[in-house]
Amino acid sequence: MIENASGPIDEIERVASGIRRRVLAHTLSNNGGYLSQACSAAELLASLYAGILKLSPVGQPIDAPLFLGVPSVGPDLYQTGAKFHGEKGPDYDRLISSPAHYALVIYAALIEIGRLREDGLDHFNKDGSTVEMIGGEHSPGFETTTGSLAQALSQGGGIALARKIRKENGRTWVFMSDGEFQEGQTYEALQAAAFHQLSNLKAIVDVNGSQSDGLMTSIMNIEPLPARVEAFGWEVSVVDGHDIQAILNAAARTTTKPHMILCYTDPVRGLPILAERAPLLHYVRFKSKEEHARYEIAYQEMVK
Amino acid sequence: MSYEIVTRPHEQNFVDWSKDKPEVLVLTGDLTNSCEVGKWRDTYPDRYFSMGMAEQNMISMAAGLAREGFEPWLHTFSVFLYRRPLDQLQMSVAYPALKVRLVGFLPGIMTPGGVTHQSIEDIAIFRAIPNMTIFETGDATEVESVLDVVHAVEGPVYIRMLRGEVSRIFPTDEPFVFNQARVLSLGSDITLITCGVSTEEALRAIPLLQERGVSITHLHISTLKPFTDPQVVTALKSAKYGVITMENHSIIGGLGSAVAEVMAENGVSAPLQRIGLKDTYAHGASQKYLMAEYELDAGALVKRVEKALGRSLNIAESELQEQRSVSVHSSAKVEGL
Repeated sequence: MIENASGPIDEIERVASGIRRRVLAHTLSNNGGYLSQACSAAELLASLYAGILKLSPVGQPIDAPLFLGVPSVGPDLYQTGAKFHGEKGPDYDRLISSPAHYALVIYAALIEIGRLREDGLDHFNKDGSTVEMIGGEHSPGFETTTGSLAQALSQGGGIALARKIRKENGRTWVFMSDGEFQEGQTYEALQAAAFHQLSNLKAIVDVNGSQSDGLMTSIMNIEPLPARVEAFGWEVSVVDGHDIQAILNAAARTTTKPHMILCYTDPVRGLPILAERAPLLHYVRFKSKEEHARYEIAYQEMVK
Repeated sequence: MSYEIVTRPHEQNFVDWSKDKPEVLVLTGDLTNSCEVGKWRDTYPDRYFSMGMAEQNMISMAAGLAREGFEPWLHTFSVFLYRRPLDQLQMSVAYPALKVRLVGFLPGIMTPGGVTHQSIEDIAIFRAIPNMTIFETGDATEVESVLDVVHAVEGPVYIRMLRGEVSRIFPTDEPFVFNQARVLSLGSDITLITCGVSTEEALRAIPLLQERGVSITHLHISTLKPFTDPQVVTALKSAKYGVITMENHSIIGGLGSAVAEVMAENGVSAPLQRIGLKDTYAHGASQKYLMAEYELDAGALVKRVEKALGRSLNIAESELQEQRSVSVHSSAKVEGL
């Protein structure tokens, strides 16, 4: 059922390294970026895109489109970023990405797997581009509006319910961040998915323990997260979010309940210099030329 | 003569209407029988989804269903569709312009449930949200015939719905028409524009006003957004002494505001009086009591007409009490306006 699950872990590792490298390069050239999210979620997103998701092919990498209007302009002008995931079909998986501020990381992943053209990041946060800083539903890899956090699990639940009514085989995946477990809607979505027995709904979470104001345990604790989610009627897998084999194994589980994979991650993995900024890791803007230069050295180490 | 009272007009009508529409789903928030869809649930159990008291999730899940080609009809009280889940409504549903139908019951002060249950600013909020279409039903005929009109709208729709014992004011062969006012009377002194249950209330006063020689153009509005029916501008321009709006809503942001915008944009300089809640919350009591307390009733309309004309019309409260109903002009007969 999972076409690529047996695919080489080497390829997923390559994609993960590429995500970190591209996001760091972009952060250096723009003097800012969502860097820790690349460090924590590189293996998670690489495993999804290069190993877990069954998506239809897109042929050549797609050029990032210009922004032509909001959805109400109609289908002639408007397209969601789901086109980077290929044609929809009953047997294909869907991916709804909830933390829209991971956009840079998702764009990097799409480049690494050959769905977004390599120059896609040149349009990042540029006026008139769809490669927006916070992913909109027209942005590559997105298809719903999720920047106001905790709505995607419900939206994905609705899509999964529709696909269940139509008896489709494809799964609906929702990629989430752990901060969203501070929002009440997340728990409404958990209880509804369990109540309506959406076994075709899969969530995968970057549990990096970090949010804008700092360490989550000091801002608003969400643990014990596995017990919470289980108590709401979900099947839960807890994995080291940098262990690709563990992520693949969890994803291969078939369950009768909705299933959530909690990927516990390190927000500075692969870039130890970032630890100097802890616990404020949400967005990196270099404070001095000297700091920029040290990250430049880290980048040179990374590409060696 | 009194109006026919229709009991639970939505209940069977919605079941019959949905029969050949497999894409129509019903989602509810623990108010299934209160919103007259208990029979619908029992008739189409595979298309009915209980979402419990969790409106934020209900709205966003409806968005997911609509993206997949289904047409979810959410049934709950008006207040619960936009106050708590306003962000979900805007980001999950309105921005992507999805075919989600928000069927809101007990609009305005029609519930003794007090401030928590009284949607007194819903029209104001929905009007400000791009892509929304807003309908308000004023009688049983509109409750029955609004369904086809909603079904034809490509984007999200909010409906102020009536339930329980509902008067039939408009003939069944004059159904709800998208963005078209019903012209209930024509005159030259006052232009009165009403919507929802305020129309029936106004109709108690109008014959008495006409008996005193007041010439009134009366429009019933059932499409609040868009608000572009040219009959409205024509009616506004015909008012010699003033324009009065009457609604079961705050005077801010609802019908009165929409009329003020049209008047300003069209250079209509008549004085405008808005009957509605005067920028206040209400409290729990009967509809009749609240309409009197907050000056939303037929008596309030008489006072506003007197103010516009600058003279007393000597209409006693007892006369209004007797005037529970009147015959209504057919809009079909006054197309010329």
